[in-house]
Amino acid sequence: MVKGEVVLGCLAPHPPHVVYAENPEQNEPFSEGGWEALRWGYHSLARKLKDIDYDCIVVLTPHWQTYVGTHFLGLERFQNISVDPIFPNLFRFNHDITVDVEMAEAMHDAAAEAGIITKMMRNPDFRVDYGTIVSCHMLNPDWDKPIVTISSNRSTHYYSNEVMNEQATALGDAVMKAIEASGKKVVLVASHSLSHRHFVTEAPLPEDMSREHIYNHSQYVWDMKLIDMMRRGEMQEVIDVLPEMIEQTMAEAEGGGLTWMMAAMGMPDYPAEIYGYQSVIGTGNAIAAWDPNESTRQLVL
Amino acid sequence: MSEEPEIVLGLYVPPHPQPLLAPEQNEGWSRLREAFDTCRQRIEESDADLMLIYSTTWPSIVGHQIQAHPKPVFTHVDDDFHFLGSMPYEFHMDEEYAECYREACEARGLHARTVAYDGFPIDTGSVVALKLLNPDNRIPACIVSSNVYSNRAEQIVLGKAARDAMSKLGKKVVIVVVASLSNRMFTEHIDPADDRIHSAKDDEWNRKILEFFGNGRLEDISQLSRDIQGQIRVSKVVAYKPAWWMAATMGQHNNYDGEVLAYEALHGAGGAVIQLTPAKGGVGDKEFDEDDVEFYHGDRSVLDKGML
Ligand SMILES: [Fe+2]
Repeated sequence: MVKGEVVLGCLAPHPPHVVYAENPEQNEPFSEGGWEALRWGYHSLARKLKDIDYDCIVVLTPHWQTYVGTHFLGLERFQNISVDPIFPNLFRFNHDITVDVEMAEAMHDAAAEAGIITKMMRNPDFRVDYGTIVSCHMLNPDWDKPIVTISSNRSTHYYSNEVMNEQATALGDAVMKAIEASGKKVVLVASHSLSHRHFVTEAPLPEDMSREHIYNHSQYVWDMKLIDMMRRGEMQEVIDVLPEMIEQTMAEAEGGGLTWMMAAMGMPDYPAEIYGYQSVIGTGNAIAAWDPNESTRQLVL
Repeated sequence: MSEEPEIVLGLYVPPHPQPLLAPEQNEGWSRLREAFDTCRQRIEESDADLMLIYSTTWPSIVGHQIQAHPKPVFTHVDDDFHFLGSMPYEFHMDEEYAECYREACEARGLHARTVAYDGFPIDTGSVVALKLLNPDNRIPACIVSSNVYSNRAEQIVLGKAARDAMSKLGKKVVIVVVASLSNRMFTEHIDPADDRIHSAKDDEWNRKILEFFGNGRLEDISQLSRDIQGQIRVSKVVAYKPAWWMAATMGQHNNYDGEVLAYEALHGAGGAVIQLTPAKGGVGDKEFDEDDVEFYHGDRSVLDKGML
């Protein structure tokens, strides 16, 4: 069998605001737009994905939080409404999700073999989290590819950012083995923001862009520092500095997504494609992609 | 409108789904279930007409969210313990109280909003509490979220606002706080029969807190909140907030009859079912050594103050 591979890795933040602003038919609330720098960046990355041949999307989401191990979606179809418990005014999304259960099980088994605590999620009533849905919808609004969702183990809270880095790296290594053995072409998605301090109030019209800005300058400086390193292909350095960044900016990378994805991609030393950066309710959000194929890798922004 | 709200009793209960979904798998879980059942019976025997829940498993970011859907219907599944089964629910919320609570929050400087959406995923802790304590929706309920960034002043004011709304509407209220004591769970899957408190230190602190609860010293627990956070709470959020909210909502004193109905391990965390009944006689010990805030002006910025 042909060796499976990661064909693209995406840093894909999931503020529900971007789906809200798109007004897709699946989402109940209506908006007048907003957050274009992010949405247009997503559109551009989604177009790139259309030209890539791949079998499934694997997403690690910090909004499926598990304290007891790492869990994998393990049923073929999830059809339900997903209302965001934090921004229910913006996100009430009717979803019909197909899961690549074979891939999920292979990843689960590889992780278990590596000594990681794991669990398959087989409850048909399970509500798929909005992190998964937002990132996948923005990357592939046609929903024509199966996905695998991996939960975010809360090792940052239980231990430390450093332990999170170690554990997410081990998970990434295991996932890579499963992908290689599967013979499939896979898109990886780390679903999260960079700096992650929110405003605790909301404008009467959430999409009023005259009110949107980064929470504070320190968050911005950290975000720019990381994006610069991504541009230079210094991903090992990014992962090394991540514990401190999480400490200073409450970065949502604490859920392990970026570390997991970079480990699974063999810690890229080539430049990331940057598709956009914008704040959402004060948090810093970058859309970036790592294309292992040098001939299709672009300088986007 | 009466000045002081009528609080019939206060309950402190754990958020984990085991007592609801799998009490038979562990003796401790079944004792917690029995304690829930006893509380249910006592609520039925009271003349309470509102159950107000503060749940640590419903985080919010934009201020404080208050559940106001008159009849929320959904099937909830826990993120970690999905294999124990689903939790279908249909509850009855007190819309009038929810709106009144929101207004009271705003009048005290808090950002608050009601939520009333079909399919809204009510959190595990609230679902467990409502299904076990109020299974037939005998009395209407209301749930308030736990803001991830809020600290003491904001929580105290949130509790006072709850009282304002109770007084305004003349409600007789059962207060329910959904929270663990020590909240560190085992990070691996265990045989339910092997469940125990995660560490001896967690167990000792839990027992000390239970001693305070047993003596009705709620305000003292509130004052000890930061120590409790530092000693036995995993740093998921900035502070151990449930005691602040509960004490503020129940009147900021130590004058209760306390009863610990059960204390058991829930996958390593400390789960207790505790009842506090406002007492008529006697006055407990008081240690009012922190600010008593009436109106929330935002967090104090140290850098803005003390400039020469
Ligand atoms: Fe998020």
